[in-house]
Amino acid sequence: MAPPNSATGVLPSLPLDDHRVEREPPRPHGRAMAHWKDRLFEHATLAFALLVLAMLFAILLALVVAALPAMEKFGFGFLTTNVWNPVTMQFGALAPMYGTLVTSAIALLIAVPVSFGIALFLTEMCPVWLRRPLGTAVELLAAIPSIIYGMWGLFVFAPYFGDYIQPALTRVFGNVWILGPLFQGAPNGIGVLSAGVILSVMVIPFIASVMRDVFEIVPPVLKESAYGVGATTWEVVWNVVLPYTRVGVIGGVMLGLGRALGETMAVTFVIGNAYRISPSLFDAGNSIASALANEFNEAADPVHSAALLSLGLLLFVLTFIVLALSRLLLSQLAKGEGRTT
Amino acid sequence: MNLYDRRLLKNRFNLVMSLATMVFGLFFLLWILGVLFYKGFEALSPTLFLQDTPPPGAAGGLRNAIVGSVMIVGLATLISTPIGIMAGIYLAEYGRDTWVARVTRFVNDILLSAPSIVIGLFIYSVVVARTGHFSGWAGSLALAVIAVPVVVRTTENMLLLVPGSLREAAVAMGAPMSTVILKVTLRAVRAGVMTGILLAVARVSGETAPLLFTALNNQFFTVDMSAPMANLPVVIFQFAMSPFREWQELAWAGALLITLSVLIINIVARSLFRQQSGR
Repeated sequence: MAPPNSATGVLPSLPLDDHRVEREPPRPHGRAMAHWKDRLFEHATLAFALLVLAMLFAILLALVVAALPAMEKFGFGFLTTNVWNPVTMQFGALAPMYGTLVTSAIALLIAVPVSFGIALFLTEMCPVWLRRPLGTAVELLAAIPSIIYGMWGLFVFAPYFGDYIQPALTRVFGNVWILGPLFQGAPNGIGVLSAGVILSVMVIPFIASVMRDVFEIVPPVLKESAYGVGATTWEVVWNVVLPYTRVGVIGGVMLGLGRALGETMAVTFVIGNAYRISPSLFDAGNSIASALANEFNEAADPVHSAALLSLGLLLFVLTFIVLALSRLLLSQLAKGEGRTT
Repeated sequence: MNLYDRRLLKNRFNLVMSLATMVFGLFFLLWILGVLFYKGFEALSPTLFLQDTPPPGAAGGLRNAIVGSVMIVGLATLISTPIGIMAGIYLAEYGRDTWVARVTRFVNDILLSAPSIVIGLFIYSVVVARTGHFSGWAGSLALAVIAVPVVVRTTENMLLLVPGSLREAAVAMGAPMSTVILKVTLRAVRAGVMTGILLAVARVSGETAPLLFTALNNQFFTVDMSAPMANLPVVIFQFAMSPFREWQELAWAGALLITLSVLIINIVARSLFRQQSGR
């Protein structure tokens, strides 16, 4: 049984049958006093469970109320205007939204194939005695606080990235049709692309451990049959394991996306913090989370802080949708677990 | 090239790529930890624990931030542990397949990955904006909101590992359900529940974003939680972004302290868990 992955929230497969069989545990009919205490305890646990439930609605409600002044002032145009000017009190969310989406897209573009490779390695190739240490090592990537990624990104990764990787990217892709403009510009290491790359390293452990966990639930008999008819390891993974676990894999990717969208500190250090939508990925940008981290405490005007709170609400709703989808997909896979194919 | 060779080649190529991705992941882990240890140990000294954060350009330590962090995280743990364990008990022992339990489980899983900066905004608007000032209390509350889902999740998972026969045996002896839970099932998974609490502590000790709008920072030493309070993550953020060399060095030292404690807590939690599931 895998260790509980608090970070990814992935279900380690549990022996569910125990309580499935006997759904209502027999209630003891003891003395009245004991009974009364018993009910109190039960209701207390229910109250705390409802408290967790209420937390979500409280967050949503508090953000909506706090963001109301900006929503009234800017209306729907808040989402479609590309201006952020605390002096003239004009605010639009387009630039930070663009930054959030683009950095997350870059992160997934790198993290999904890499995580797949890591999961494949851990489940199919790795010698058994190495599985646990290597799996733990990958999960430790998720345990490193995001501010450490930020510092490392700013002081170590960005200079290296600007000196070596970015010029190389310009040489290779700079003149390619469509892709060209993305990789032109001053290679100074700070910007949307480096934020995306660092983000990818941060979400790899989340996606990889979900993929590893779902790969492990594939019934051995399926894989053995495929090996039996002469399939190669790659063919087994690509044609048997992956189709069987598709839903779970997508759920894992969505979980990674949810993480990437809301990641704050690492992005704040390296994205450059400029309200700008630039065709080049080398240019500085801004994400919703980094805008909040940088500006919220300096926002003196109520409209300015309400605009920032609307950004926060937007981010919360966005990640909520993505994470809810991820959860639904993963639970669908868990339901099918006992099914014979 | 015939089909057989082509398949073999494709297989070999993809497996090598898979090995390469594993190396890619480990490479970043070692790179980050390597840099951190190199720069952090250079800046590590006893004054770190004896002096407070200095003004720009002067030497100093991190005493106020370390104490602040320990207090904020400690209080957050005290708040989140009972809430998390009780809610976990409900999900595993009472709620099970009822719709309340299902919805709570779903919401809990979402809160588990909700962006921490939004939690910071939430506590800002309900606590800081109301009371009119930043405070250590608000910081603890924000971290507690982040820690609760972790505790709920592990407590429930651990309780589900307890065999039904154990519950039945206790009930057959005439024990009321609350006694069964508190004295039998919860006790059987003590180590597992501890794992959850430790994982929650590890998760929140490095959180920076929610503290920016709640505990903020304080240049001076204080144990008064109703005032803005220094804490390691925010100090690291502020000092690392500054142009002063002394501040940046302190930031590296703080980063090393925080990462070491998070990694150690994580490893202890894992070994506790192994002990639990080995039984």
